[in-house]
Amino acid sequence: MTPLLLSSYTATTCLGSGLAATLAGLRDNRSGLKPCAFETVTLDTWIGEVVTVDAQKLPKNLAHFDCRNNRLVQLALEADGFAERVRAAIARYGKNRVGIFLGTSTAGILQTELAYRRCDPATGALPEDFIYRTTHNSFSLAEFTREYFGLEGPALAVSTACSSSAKVFAAAARQLACGTIDAAIVGGVDTLCLTTLYGFASLQLTSPEPCRPYDAARNGISVGEGAAFALLERAPAKPVSGSVLLLGTGESSDAYHMSSPHPEGLGARLAMEAALRSAGLPSSAIDYINLHGTATPANDAAEGKAVMALFGDQVACSSIKGATGHTLGAAGAVEAVICALAMTNDLLPGSPNTTTRDPAIPINYQLTSRSGKVRHALSNSFGFGGSNCSLVLGVAQ
Amino acid sequence: MNTTPLSAWIEGIGFLSPGFNDWPTARAVLRGEAAYTAAASVLPAPSILPAAERRRASRVVKLTLAIGLEAAASAEADVSQLATVFTASGADGHNCHALCEQLATDDRLISPTRFHNSVHNAAAGYWGIATKSMAPCQVLCAYDASFGAGLLDALGQVVFDEQVTLLIAYDSEYPEPLHSKRDTPDCAGVALLLTPQKTARSLARLTLRSTAETAQKMADPDLENLRTAIPALRVLPLLQMLAKGESGTVCLDYLAPMQLSVDLKLC
Repeated sequence: MTPLLLSSYTATTCLGSGLAATLAGLRDNRSGLKPCAFETVTLDTWIGEVVTVDAQKLPKNLAHFDCRNNRLVQLALEADGFAERVRAAIARYGKNRVGIFLGTSTAGILQTELAYRRCDPATGALPEDFIYRTTHNSFSLAEFTREYFGLEGPALAVSTACSSSAKVFAAAARQLACGTIDAAIVGGVDTLCLTTLYGFASLQLTSPEPCRPYDAARNGISVGEGAAFALLERAPAKPVSGSVLLLGTGESSDAYHMSSPHPEGLGARLAMEAALRSAGLPSSAIDYINLHGTATPANDAAEGKAVMALFGDQVACSSIKGATGHTLGAAGAVEAVICALAMTNDLLPGSPNTTTRDPAIPINYQLTSRSGKVRHALSNSFGFGGSNCSLVLGVAQ
Repeated sequence: MNTTPLSAWIEGIGFLSPGFNDWPTARAVLRGEAAYTAAASVLPAPSILPAAERRRASRVVKLTLAIGLEAAASAEADVSQLATVFTASGADGHNCHALCEQLATDDRLISPTRFHNSVHNAAAGYWGIATKSMAPCQVLCAYDASFGAGLLDALGQVVFDEQVTLLIAYDSEYPEPLHSKRDTPDCAGVALLLTPQKTARSLARLTLRSTAETAQKMADPDLENLRTAIPALRVLPLLQMLAKGESGTVCLDYLAPMQLSVDLKLC
């Protein structure tokens, strides 16, 4: 594909809001996870919570969008001057030439979970103040973003579970290439809710400890919440040194199982190969791999096999889920931003909580953050339903 | 800047909605050769699934397999090689209701199957398992604009990735109490097999551009009711042209003020 410029980007997770807090967390090898005390949840697990979400107030004219997920959308959009950069792009290209491509797994379903507790005891009806369209529906975050910026162009939500906000980069790249739009707001937002916390617990996939990706004793995920956005534009012929570029995207399906990865990581490998092909790069050009690395025994084993087969044991790899938790539908975008930070700060991120590498997975897994040159990074995101997406990012020299 | 027109050849069509069991029955009514008879959607048991899975298959899984396989069969396409774009205004409404109902009680130990069936891409996941296709699979939502969003991305894959792509646009109903908040009446959907090159099986070429015009309505009140009540059926004015064998331009609802103007040239 023709490289695209990430002209602005931002991330908000339990490490903090914005790039500076995220980078400081990565450098210090800090974990933002804490024991779960979310809402009325009584599960023995750890979570990555963005505590500042509750303080967000949506503008009056957008009050019908109010829910935890859209509060996090707004919090993240307003970090790092991202919203100003979007407004400048709208002024440059026009309000019908900037598209919106956002990934989510559960959007604002928490709002529905809470509303079900307030059903009318006589009729069973949901409360009057509950609005399905602007909170629960998977499109709500994209519609909120469209109205927040007063945009009139294309908008869609990708919802393929935990690969959602990696796939938005591919969808936006297609429309930029076809000339439907001149810029795209891409990103992902997912917030804590009962469905995912009790759901992953029902599959016995939540860890009673902070998650330890790729550790020999890893025993499950820590559910997190997060949001990340990037503004994608066509890259100039000679991008300014230090500019972050999207170089390739690769998508595939496992066609294997609804909630377990292909044991040999076959779908994962197809996605990584497709991303390298799309970038026109050999596997030897990749300096850092941001692994999906959820810390379940099956995920890391399968992904590790695919990475080993394609890249061998030399390329530096890590999963940052020990720091942020698994931000589910936001993970793809959050981790694309992590790759951007790695490339622009000569940083190879480590893996807080992981202490003992799994001898069965002999990849070059980074336990602690260290400095190192990253010219090209690959980021993996895999989801339920066997949905896989890999991105290749680069930095202009 | 060079722009590549969003264009593809239609090679196969699948359809199911209230009153229509497949594309041939819908085509006859859209041509005016038969009258519309209102009836609940009939979802066939998916023969592609093993017996145990077939019994457990949810309504959205039955729906998407029915229309997707109909479109692929009419084009004699190998489903194991097809990239897919699923687009739906909501996920499995009955499963969602059951989860929310249980999470509102003191017993929150939900079933793991209910949980993995709750993802928006559940039907797409079962499609992959059933067809063994490891090709890219997209799953979108744009509320009432979901058909247009799916068509845009599917054409992007056909043009940009030069990939034969099966678009599966579908919707299903929520039970009460959610039904009062989102009143989609029944299951319905359309599948279009889109190819980057013309073949002997091509039915028509469609080319898309954005417009601020008003979307075309269906003249028949029953069909217009279907078009507005079920987001995937915003496709109906285009299907009517295909059914009648007419070339021309039609405006479909997307996301006001942006609508989609579709130029259709019959083969």
